[in-house]
Amino acid sequence: MKVKISIVGAMAAALMGSSAAFAGDVRVMWYSDGVEGEVIKDILDRFQKDNPDIKITLDNVAYKVVQEQLPIQLESGQGPDIARVTNIKELANHWLDMRPMLSDPKYWDDNFGSTANWMRPDGSDAITGFMTQLTLTGGFANKTLFEQAGVAIPGEKATWDEWVEAGAQVAKSQSLPAAFAIDRSGHRISGPNVSYGANYIAADGAPAKVDDGVKTFGGKLVQWVADGKMLKETWVAAAGSTYRAAAEDFINAQIPFYYSGSWQVSNLSSKIGDNFDWVATGSPCGTAGCSGLKGGAALVAIKYTKNPTDVVKVMEYLSREEIVKEFSERTLFLPAHKGVVDKGGLKWVSQDKNVPAAMDAFVKAAGQTLPNADALPSWKWSNAYYGALVTRLSQVMAGEMKIDDAWARIDQDIADKVAQAK
Amino acid sequence: MSAGASLSSRIGAALAAPIGWLAAIIDAPLKIWQRATGTTGMAAFFLAPNMLIFGVFVLAPFVINFFYSTTSGNAFFLSDRTYVGAEQYARLLDCGSYLDTSTCREDLFWNAVHNTGLFVLLQVSLLIVVSMITALILNREIVGRSFWRAVFFFPVLLSPVVVGLIWKWILQRQGLLNSVLFQFGYEPTEWLTDRFWAFAAGITVSVWAHMGFFTLILLAGLQAIPRDLYEAAEMDGTKPGRMFWRITLPMLMPNLLVVIILALIRAVQIFDEVYVLTGGGPGTSTLYLTQYIYEVGFASLLRNPGLAAAASILMGAVLVVLTLVQLQIGRRNEKKGARE
Amino acid sequence: MSRAITFLTRRRGGRGWHWTDVFIWTWLIGGLIVMFGPALWLVMSSFKSPAQLAEFPPTLLPYATEQVMVEGYDKPLNLFTAKLPDGTTKVMAEVRRIGIVSQLVDPEEPGEIVKVNIADREPVRQVHFATENYTEPFEHFDFLQYLKNSVFVTVIATLITLLTNSMAAFALSKYQFRGRNFVLLLIVGTLMVPLSVLLVPLYSVISAVGLFDSLWGVILPTVATPTGVFLLRQYMLTIPDELIDAARMDNASEWQIYWRIILPLAAPALAVLAIFSVVWRWNDFLWPLVVLSRKELYTLQVGLNTYAGELNVQWHFILAMTVVTMIPVVLVFVFLQRYITAGIAGTGLK
Repeated sequence: MKVKISIVGAMAAALMGSSAAFAGDVRVMWYSDGVEGEVIKDILDRFQKDNPDIKITLDNVAYKVVQEQLPIQLESGQGPDIARVTNIKELANHWLDMRPMLSDPKYWDDNFGSTANWMRPDGSDAITGFMTQLTLTGGFANKTLFEQAGVAIPGEKATWDEWVEAGAQVAKSQSLPAAFAIDRSGHRISGPNVSYGANYIAADGAPAKVDDGVKTFGGKLVQWVADGKMLKETWVAAAGSTYRAAAEDFINAQIPFYYSGSWQVSNLSSKIGDNFDWVATGSPCGTAGCSGLKGGAALVAIKYTKNPTDVVKVMEYLSREEIVKEFSERTLFLPAHKGVVDKGGLKWVSQDKNVPAAMDAFVKAAGQTLPNADALPSWKWSNAYYGALVTRLSQVMAGEMKIDDAWARIDQDIADKVAQAK
Repeated sequence: MSAGASLSSRIGAALAAPIGWLAAIIDAPLKIWQRATGTTGMAAFFLAPNMLIFGVFVLAPFVINFFYSTTSGNAFFLSDRTYVGAEQYARLLDCGSYLDTSTCREDLFWNAVHNTGLFVLLQVSLLIVVSMITALILNREIVGRSFWRAVFFFPVLLSPVVVGLIWKWILQRQGLLNSVLFQFGYEPTEWLTDRFWAFAAGITVSVWAHMGFFTLILLAGLQAIPRDLYEAAEMDGTKPGRMFWRITLPMLMPNLLVVIILALIRAVQIFDEVYVLTGGGPGTSTLYLTQYIYEVGFASLLRNPGLAAAASILMGAVLVVLTLVQLQIGRRNEKKGARE
Repeated sequence: MSRAITFLTRRRGGRGWHWTDVFIWTWLIGGLIVMFGPALWLVMSSFKSPAQLAEFPPTLLPYATEQVMVEGYDKPLNLFTAKLPDGTTKVMAEVRRIGIVSQLVDPEEPGEIVKVNIADREPVRQVHFATENYTEPFEHFDFLQYLKNSVFVTVIATLITLLTNSMAAFALSKYQFRGRNFVLLLIVGTLMVPLSVLLVPLYSVISAVGLFDSLWGVILPTVATPTGVFLLRQYMLTIPDELIDAARMDNASEWQIYWRIILPLAAPALAVLAIFSVVWRWNDFLWPLVVLSRKELYTLQVGLNTYAGELNVQWHFILAMTVVTMIPVVLVFVFLQRYITAGIAGTGLK
């Protein structure tokens, strides 16, 4: 039965096919944090005008679909032709190597080379796509709330404790539910973990056991929830590794300090409008540094596409310097294209006076990341670490588990995941 | 109501003619089949479409699932996975003490098991009581009976996602319930982020969503009880309470058994509405078996399909045992009743 | 029978109010509030603007603050009755509100900004139904396409369910053959494992059969409902065998017996199954979400879920769309509800 199913499956897939069965059809799976959906549609429409024989369909789906459904589709050999994904390293086996089909592979190596390892298996030299943006985790502060409370916004070298204290004072004075919030995500807390000296990667590239850095910051998070300083709902109102963002609470001026990342700038700008002034603060400091975590979403070509030539055409168009520049300016994303970054002078498309300052703050903070954090996006066990951290820590925060037990469980969860992949 | 009836009968009449032709066309070849294979052959024909679909889409995954549970690895196709025998089961059942989940290798699984067990006990009991009371009430001659019947049946129509959303909207920190309490001077309570209240909310919401269905089944059973039994008891001077225990309950027993079995099966499989309501949180206090299997098999960053398949087989096995036990009890009761 | 009823009710309290009457009416009224209340709240909330949704404590009716154009400001400003620092109460327009401080100007003489604590001001409000919550999604959201897909899936699935389940129920109730009990046990047995748990294996079957990412892949796995076969079989067991024997003696073929005798007699049970099938298929969420990958095939529930994406929770649209997805099912129920009790009663669930 086992053999039969895979043969039948291959035949059926070959004969009947799924989405983009016909030449000239390219299907793009996309998710949006802010306005990227509209921007990419606009750009793709222009491409279609110049290339009428290629029909592009843009599926704007929820982030959850990309996180949960796409991996299963890929595992079964299905899926779109191009996708915008954040789990780029873990799913690297499913991406198409475009190198042999590109007209100018050197262009790609030059401009996207530094992040190419994030989206291909270890040791390969495949060109699978490019980063639609570089993101950096970092904080946002509600400047107006701080002003009203008469609390000074902590400076550049302020530590996590100082930030949370300041936030607590603001919350008390302004009757807010909490001092700060942080997204429910292992990825989000990894920058701060590293700032307290954490290193996830052991010498041989395998996951290391939970070390003091993780324990320090993790312990602080648990304490802050217990003290009511951290907004409880974000982490506690879900189980497992489900992702939750606390953006709405920051937008509704319920919390003075929000630790998320640069991809939120467009979303915050359009939703907050001029309700209050806000600033990007970089990452608060720990004992080892003030590090955020780099990352981003990549636009990758899928290996199972029926239409690799057209897919390559689309990818080559979208990766052009002027297109990347336009995309970044309109979506308020940091570009990953070396040429665009070096030339500088990006004109952010926004009336919001908070935006240019925020973008500059992130660019500046990008230089502050620690090596332990920089190694994470290209490491294949990152997701296992993030998932384990968030599952177990939220159990401790809900009062279900003691924190010491949590550390043991995290190590066990990660070890299980490593063993399973063999 | 009458407008609806005439509309549906008009639609029915319009569709009757072409459907009638279709049926007549099918008749001829089937007569030949019948002559060739006899009535048993016809039985096979009637059974075939359902069993074909059933076999491919229900049974086959069921069986594949069983094979999945004996494998490990991340690959999707069964042929690419590594055979490990009963290792996944051993892993699931590896516990220092079954009552203390922190001693278990797969503590999340056992949390889900304990939660589901407690949930089933409380929810089914509450469901039966509430449905029974409502059915008894609806059985009486009250004004606007079909209206009241619709009132209690209404939530059954809603999709579980909608049910979860509605109650999440009401129970969240800035929701309706807290604001009503606020008017009376109470502090807003964390209904969905406190482990006890979130659990209670899950039970209440699922009872709310499903009681209408079971009420109707019980009501049908109540209406089938002959009135003269009650009349005779009245004339003997039996008190109402005793009438319930001696007449109503025994006559209702078959229906009640069906209700209990169905309610139990559904309760063990609870997922959609509580998943939307609390997502399994806070911590894992509303994590139930089906969500555990869904996440471990499918959605989590720490996916492990083989383990999830093993968990689902265990869940199925427990349900089968439970159902058989209940059927036995029901049969024994029937025999006892017949003897009396 | 009615004499017995009057007899029964008369015994309890007579013309006065017995405690059971009080209990009954409390239960009924309470039931009305508890069952309909949340849905009513949903509908009311779906007409509120995003700002109103974030309010605490929330109001029952959707209000909108009155607005006025003030010289020197581009957008209309909200009106409030505020208690000014000098003690007087005045209707002012709000420029912005941050935290607990509201910045107000006099709409007639917009010059100076007065800062007032939000506790000291009341909005000037009127009832306003934000119907744009319903109309806007139509523009962003391929609502009609999703509706078409949902209707297609629901109707086709229900028709197939009714046909195949009744055929199987007929075979299992009116025919004796070897293995009949085994088949029954098999069908009921799979009730024990829900679909959400078989996602991965079912997914591989669907891929193997080539139905991935098609509406048929959404429909087919759901039509062989064990509950449907069970329900119909129970009902058909109550159809007297003599009818069938008489028809056979009249030389009717088995198919004619099924079509002309069994189906019409089983109409109430079929109606019940139809209602349930419509409700189930319309509300199916998880499986369509997993199987469908092309946006133009999405059903309403899946589309709604897309709208409730983690990063962009737009409650006012979600609420409105939720109400809309509820309407068809409620309509079906209203038209067919009289069949439900008759059908369930007729199955003689024993």
